[in-house]
Amino acid sequence: MPLVNGGKIVDDSFVKLAVDTPLPESGDILVPAERFLGDAEAFLARPGKVGVIWPNNRDIDELVPYLGRLAAVALVFPTFRDGRAYSQARLLRERFNYRGELRATGQVLRDQFVFMLRAGFDAFEVKKQADAEAFMQTAKHYSVFYQPTGDGRITALHRRMQLRHSEGVGT
Amino acid sequence: MTSPLEQKKIKIAGPSVVTANRTWDGIVVYRTAAQGWSADLSEAAIVRNSDEAKALLAESVADDVGAVGAYIAPVQVAEDGKVEPGNLREQIRRTGVTIGQPVQV
Amino acid sequence: MYAYDEIDRTLVNERVSEFRDQVKRRLSGELTEDEFKILRLQNGVYLQLHAYMFRVAIPYGTLASNQLRRLAHVARKYDRGYGHFTTRQNIQFNWIKLAELPDALADLAEVGIHAMQTSGNNMRNVTSDQWAGVAPGEIEDPRIWSELIRQHTTLHPEFSFLPRKFKIAITASDHDRAAIRIHDIGLRLIKNEKGETGFEVLVGGGLGRTPFIAKTIKHFVHGRDILSYIEAILRVYNQYGRRDNIYKARIKILVHELGIEKFSREVEEEWQHIRNSSLQIDDEVIEDIRSRFTYPAYEKLPHMPDELRQAAADPDFEAWRKNSVSPHKVQGYSIVTISLKPTGGPPGDATAEQMDALADLADKYSFGEIRVGHEQNLALPHVAKRDLPALWKALDKLGLATPNVNLITDIIACPGLDYCSLANARSIPIAQELTRRFANHELANLIGRLHINISGCINACGHHHVGHIGILGVEKNGEEVYQITIGGRADESAALGNLIGPGVKFDEVADVVEDIVEAYLALRERPEELFIDTVKRLGVEPFKERVYATR
Repeated sequence: MPLVNGGKIVDDSFVKLAVDTPLPESGDILVPAERFLGDAEAFLARPGKVGVIWPNNRDIDELVPYLGRLAAVALVFPTFRDGRAYSQARLLRERFNYRGELRATGQVLRDQFVFMLRAGFDAFEVKKQADAEAFMQTAKHYSVFYQPTGDGRITALHRRMQLRHSEGVGT
Repeated sequence: MTSPLEQKKIKIAGPSVVTANRTWDGIVVYRTAAQGWSADLSEAAIVRNSDEAKALLAESVADDVGAVGAYIAPVQVAEDGKVEPGNLREQIRRTGVTIGQPVQV
Repeated sequence: MYAYDEIDRTLVNERVSEFRDQVKRRLSGELTEDEFKILRLQNGVYLQLHAYMFRVAIPYGTLASNQLRRLAHVARKYDRGYGHFTTRQNIQFNWIKLAELPDALADLAEVGIHAMQTSGNNMRNVTSDQWAGVAPGEIEDPRIWSELIRQHTTLHPEFSFLPRKFKIAITASDHDRAAIRIHDIGLRLIKNEKGETGFEVLVGGGLGRTPFIAKTIKHFVHGRDILSYIEAILRVYNQYGRRDNIYKARIKILVHELGIEKFSREVEEEWQHIRNSSLQIDDEVIEDIRSRFTYPAYEKLPHMPDELRQAAADPDFEAWRKNSVSPHKVQGYSIVTISLKPTGGPPGDATAEQMDALADLADKYSFGEIRVGHEQNLALPHVAKRDLPALWKALDKLGLATPNVNLITDIIACPGLDYCSLANARSIPIAQELTRRFANHELANLIGRLHINISGCINACGHHHVGHIGILGVEKNGEEVYQITIGGRADESAALGNLIGPGVKFDEVADVVEDIVEAYLALRERPEELFIDTVKRLGVEPFKERVYATR
């Protein structure tokens, strides 16, 4: 499954641990939430980056104490129709100011890239190779956004205000 | 007239066909014995037991590009071999709405 | 009327080109139906019994004449020459080809019409009072806020994959014509004691398998906070709404299971985090949207022009005027409701020819504007009273002057088993038969205001729960059976109807309705007591006794 990060297909430095995979001595790891919370300090103390795989039905508040020390958070789309991780992503970025890698995993498809980018995701485990290759093209398909999110894109409402002011309307 | 969207277990009570809607234009089609689709019910492959039905449905569903939403529907087969839909829903799918349309086709 | 600017146009065009690419990938097999289904639904494309069905949004029920003409064009070019107006200010086309849909969408986009989110588990078309902006006594035009919410909910990055569909309706009048109490969120525009605009917010209404009337979650949310408050409700719903069972996934179930107090606490907590964010609305933003709604340059006209006085001699005109013409906030003008319920016709259908002709009449008599109401009728919102006689003659020629608005033949009906893949029983033929039985206008007038709503399955698209008489078609042993309720209503006193007795067969429905009406005529205290009030006063029992005595 190709990983897109920074708009490009890249090698994934992280190894995903299952609930019972032996812990590798070094290297970057993605740890399931339950396992991570069971021994968080030990994971964070070892060499290598640590990320957590967070299920979409678990309150994100539990992860907040560790956010500053995590290199990645992987949120899960069990199917692309299940949109809970969008809320988790926005909370992580916009409320808890998480700045590390925010990875979309599960059924990650081309037609949801724009939504995911807007919600704050910056890494994508894309299900299909063709979708991964089409990432950049898809990501820039839209130029108009109605809602403010943490991604900093200017919203339609604000663009209109700028236009009004530059035209001297309403001043 | 239970919606076939609720069709879970495959159990048939009599002769049946597999029907679906053609992907590009949506018209009603029936699975033929030649592993294709036809708009003509008389060309539909008739199955008479659950195993046959299961096999025909599996093969139909696999042709996702050809047709959408395949399911098993009952038919009545007359002595002369003439095939008719087995319930009102399928009758309507075959012959159209039971009401006058505002614009005659 | 709201005019798209370059920004809105760009977004719709980007959406159309995205969907064109998605259709192409579907037809080539690159996308499976499972992957494509949601994408097509989010663009208003269903798969029904006979073909694909295409649902187009008419936000808050406002249409310009050129837009109505374009809908007629779509009906003619891509479909079978007619369209069906729904209970949520949409229009549906029944026979559209998937391969041609991107072209149809592109044609619509040219006049600022879209089909975004008219289906799927996202925020649906924002609906409002079809008399918005012209109704006397309205607090302010609710469409300004509807448009603001329409924009905010369009392609929302967080809420496009909700547990289930989500519908918002807004009213600004005491009399609720938008049925806000049967919506996921209902907004009632009000002023607080300081004279500031805000909303009473209701949540958790809905029909379907488990009907609920919406409950008030907050008595006053300031206008500037309305987006953040809606966002808070949706965030709670997106995270905690059930996804394990499609029949329990609507917000009404979450509200019911948590209780309105706990639910409102969750929302309040979330809201406090986000209310002072960029979601707060500047007055300037509101003014900008308001500035793109154009209002007619009304003339100063007499309350009772000569034309109207003269036409009063014609009893047919008078019957229509008394039934279909309503007061306008500006003297000398009227709101004209156009019944799409002719005797023997499918409720809510209009042909391409009717749409074109109506667009012309709107240009001539209504400043180019048409409205669409949830009762599946249309309206011309700004007709000078002096033009009423001429308009009536023109409408009559088009078969659009049936004087039955709000009467027993003004029936709301879903498409039912004739079109819909979810239906268990037919709805339209039942409606047609009832319009024939009660075709006599004097009889219908004698009966007075009476709403019949018909659904062909438990999903309740025909709003049967809130019909004064509600008819629900189900299937029993391979046959169509109809359950009949009385006492429901969808307005500001919204209530769910009660079952009157055992289900009846297709052929018996009209007889039973006749018996119910006869019982009402015998039971009412005086001619002015409406059916719904008699049911309220007496309950179901006396009706049941009379209707089922001989069955």
